[in-house]
Amino acid sequence: MDTWDYAPAPESAALANVAPTYRPFVDGAFVDGGGEALKTVNPATEEVLAEVGTASEQDVDRAVAAARRAFEKTWGPMPGAERAKYLYRIARIVAERSRELAVLETLDNGKPIRESRDVDVPTASAHLFHHAGWADKLGYAGLGPDPRPVGVVGAVIPWNFPLLMAVWKIAPALACGNTIVLKPAETTPLTALVLAEIAAEAGLPAGVLNVLPGAGGVGAALVAHPGLDKVAFTGSTDVGKEIQRTLAGTGRRLTLELGGKAANIVYDDAAIDQAVEGVVDGIFFNQGHVCCAGSRLLVQESIAEEFSELLLRRVETLRVGDPLDKNTDVGAINSRAQLDRIVDLAAAGDAEGAERWTSSCPLPERGLYFPPTVFSGVEQTMRVAREEIFGPVLSVLTFRTPEEAVAKANNTPYGLSAGIWTEKGAKAMWTARRLRAGVVWTNTFHRFDPTSPFGGYRESGFGREGGRAGLEAYLS
Amino acid sequence: MSLSPAVDGRLPVAKTFKLYVGGAFPRSESGRSYPVSDAKGRLLAHAALASRKDVRDAVSAAGSAFRGWSGATAYNRGQVLYRVAEMLQARHDQFADDVLAAEGGTRKKAAALVDAAIDRWVWYAGWTDKIASVLGSVNPVAGPLVNWSTPEPTGVVGVLAPQSSSLLGLVDAVAPVLATGCTAVVVASQERPLPAVGLAEVLATSDVPGGVVNLLTGSTAELAPWLAAHGDVHALDLTGAPPDLAAECERAAAGTVKRVLPRPATEPDPTRTPGLARLRAFTEIKTVWHPVGR
Repeated sequence: MDTWDYAPAPESAALANVAPTYRPFVDGAFVDGGGEALKTVNPATEEVLAEVGTASEQDVDRAVAAARRAFEKTWGPMPGAERAKYLYRIARIVAERSRELAVLETLDNGKPIRESRDVDVPTASAHLFHHAGWADKLGYAGLGPDPRPVGVVGAVIPWNFPLLMAVWKIAPALACGNTIVLKPAETTPLTALVLAEIAAEAGLPAGVLNVLPGAGGVGAALVAHPGLDKVAFTGSTDVGKEIQRTLAGTGRRLTLELGGKAANIVYDDAAIDQAVEGVVDGIFFNQGHVCCAGSRLLVQESIAEEFSELLLRRVETLRVGDPLDKNTDVGAINSRAQLDRIVDLAAAGDAEGAERWTSSCPLPERGLYFPPTVFSGVEQTMRVAREEIFGPVLSVLTFRTPEEAVAKANNTPYGLSAGIWTEKGAKAMWTARRLRAGVVWTNTFHRFDPTSPFGGYRESGFGREGGRAGLEAYLS
Repeated sequence: MSLSPAVDGRLPVAKTFKLYVGGAFPRSESGRSYPVSDAKGRLLAHAALASRKDVRDAVSAAGSAFRGWSGATAYNRGQVLYRVAEMLQARHDQFADDVLAAEGGTRKKAAALVDAAIDRWVWYAGWTDKIASVLGSVNPVAGPLVNWSTPEPTGVVGVLAPQSSSLLGLVDAVAPVLATGCTAVVVASQERPLPAVGLAEVLATSDVPGGVVNLLTGSTAELAPWLAAHGDVHALDLTGAPPDLAAECERAAAGTVKRVLPRPATEPDPTRTPGLARLRAFTEIKTVWHPVGR
């Protein structure tokens, strides 16, 4: 069947109001950082977007000291109802500036504008709005009549959802009466710095929120800082383990949201078309740069052939390209280093005997891209089945019985998320109960909500973000 | 009393204090034992000196038992934990003697500690079918989806039992682990292990499935690092860790991202009313989503 051609529908990059330079935000003001400035790159073009000042160890000291002062003098003693209003203000301004933030996020990260516009930014605003309401109701959170804040929080976040991850740390921390020093990812610092500007616009007292751009060294200095009471980290399992070791014996609190290798289980009685959509969304959403991505498809053997055909046909229609184009389904890979890693792991799939299928979708001539890729004939021992690829690469395995599906799904050190596709309610619940994963999507995938606790089992980390359970990490 | 003298010409039969692993009472595979004295320094018995391999056997047993115990209904787990209280009550006087021998003090105080230990089992027995109501939630997500969160047991918990409180402290640590549906590998108080072995005998006769609790006696410092580093242990309670080893155990725990209940500066007073902290420490919140539609 002939199809109409798509006309480009690009969002204007000018909406992002990109400044030539950005600076760390410490004690209520943007300051010159003592670290070497970094250049943040638009992965869609590999052109420099802006120059960003980074923090030195002295800046980390200053930020932690500012957060301590704010905790003791202003934010800690402030009534919850007043804290709430600051967070409501911030939530509202994020919503008001949503288009600017979405375009900026897409420029700095490479994700399709459709996702930053429809998911990242609105979910961030909603997260702030939800947690604002908790600030004066913490006595009802099930942690005693008068739970206390933990103190000064150090947070280190990844590059895959830069604004949303910042908010996932900031909103509960501030609602619970803590102050925070946040280190955004080296390659995506911009929206966190605009969020700092928004906090300042909202009149948030100095020192309550501090944002320190920089590379891993800044993060390492921050999480090891003796002036913190708690560390919250989202990122790779390897770094998470290192942070857990660093904090061993210090008595400081820690929550970790780490990697995953989620199974997406498709039973033979699934609504096939919906399952195909869910599997595609599960792995290709945000270029697969998602810790809870459904990167292992487990499809029941009796429908494997039919399902794979439908799946590949659907993947073939995904449009890879300019992230600012509203038609784009799969955007740019965030960094050269990440692209190299995806290329390496895909090569390991070839070397270990999996069968690679690649979408014929044309890639832009410049920029960092990787085409949607599906490996079939994957064995559990292969690296593409065991390691987190964090890219648009799906591994397909099969199973015969529900028991085998569960055993294979759980056969990983990770345990962040999982998907189940079946029209039989009892079987869905049977499976959901047995999966050792913190988030289980049945007949849906990649749903997030501020009221809904998110976090992993086992080596996917500990602690929850969102909902009542998420408050526990920020209260004592 | 184990090695008590003959009374009226009859020598009492002394008990051999062994490990409790997978529902059986083996000696240490190492063949080692160590002398255990009462609070006044008099020899009470030789307890098994467990080894690294005993730790591995115990972890393996706890891992095998997890599926059945975590899959049991909360009502059933509550009944089993209540049964433990019944069995402990029936042996109250013997435990009072054992606690008195281990901890010293008065008989009256020892008896009160046993009372409290029995009541602690009853308290946690009642929690099994309430944890999910209290820690779980239905989440009002913004969309046509139903969404709920429930606490689930973390897995195999390594417990370094308190060193001072030989029975009540032990129960205070182990009962919440069982109430959540986790299984346990417990290292008993090193100097005061005999009430723990008695408790293992109670567990063995209380419908607690074999392997749900595995109890080792011996050197905490020798066993703790193996437990802390074991890949099939999912959480650690360091309450009874030697002070100079606690940080090392936490570091080892990071190797597989274990949940850690850190060693407190001073041993907690086990007579206080426990809160939810130990139930929270060994549960994971699972969130399930499902669309709503026609």
